[in-house]
Amino acid sequence: MLDRLTSSIDFHGQALSLRAERQRLIASNIANADTPGYVSRDMNFAQALKDATGSQALRVGTTGRLDTTQTGHIAGSGATPGQANLQYSSVSQTSLDNNSVDMDRERASFVDNAVKFEATLRFINGNVRTMLDAIKGQS
Amino acid sequence: MSMMNIFNVAGSAVSAQSQRLNVVASNLANADTVAGPDGSAYKARQVTFQTQLMGTMGGDAATAGVTVSNISEDQTPGRRVHDPKHPSADAEGYVTYSNVNAVEEMVNMISASRSYQNNVEVMNTAKSLLLKTLQMGN
Repeated sequence: MLDRLTSSIDFHGQALSLRAERQRLIASNIANADTPGYVSRDMNFAQALKDATGSQALRVGTTGRLDTTQTGHIAGSGATPGQANLQYSSVSQTSLDNNSVDMDRERASFVDNAVKFEATLRFINGNVRTMLDAIKGQS
Repeated sequence: MSMMNIFNVAGSAVSAQSQRLNVVASNLANADTVAGPDGSAYKARQVTFQTQLMGTMGGDAATAGVTVSNISEDQTPGRRVHDPKHPSADAEGYVTYSNVNAVEEMVNMISASRSYQNNVEVMNTAKSLLLKTLQMGN
């Protein structure tokens, strides 16, 4: 019963932690914009979210999550969701020091991710408010 | 809280960039120094950045800060000017100036300042997101 109440929030919670992860990733890219040889990375967000919230049994190795073979098993969420989905971004303009950080793209991704993080937060807040209203009833 | 690491990452970048700015400042300050009694003038300095993995459990690949790995001296010979009346002129009447290239240093300074601003903005965004997360459910 309580599970059904919070399942929607659980989904947004996963999305929020993945957004935080991606925010950190882009912050690392921006921090290393002048480091020679640094290769910029990004996350396939859609795939990472699918992996983190998918209900089907997932194999260890491809996603880093525990396999669930029986009905009583609890799907363990990997220690770092999205770690398996890290990808190297391709270079748009090569530089002499082999650094592949494109500052324009990183800044855009950073802002995009920040806005979506806030959107997820609002979804959670809305859900919580709906539930509280339902609990309190007309008072 | 994985977002907390953003402050470590951006903070390391800010301190590395400020060290670079410091080096640029000392290079520019010494742009016109001449060779002292030992015969060698000031040599331009350059910082080298290196990725530093940080985060929980001995560093995870997604959290990469930056650190200054070393400061190297530019070994190209300094500019030599024929000025026999100069008190620091050598036996042939030449004065050796430092090998600082002012144009290069100005470019370096602008680059460092832009990177610094970028990282400060990253910290500000992370701060406001964290504050909003703290107010969740309000």
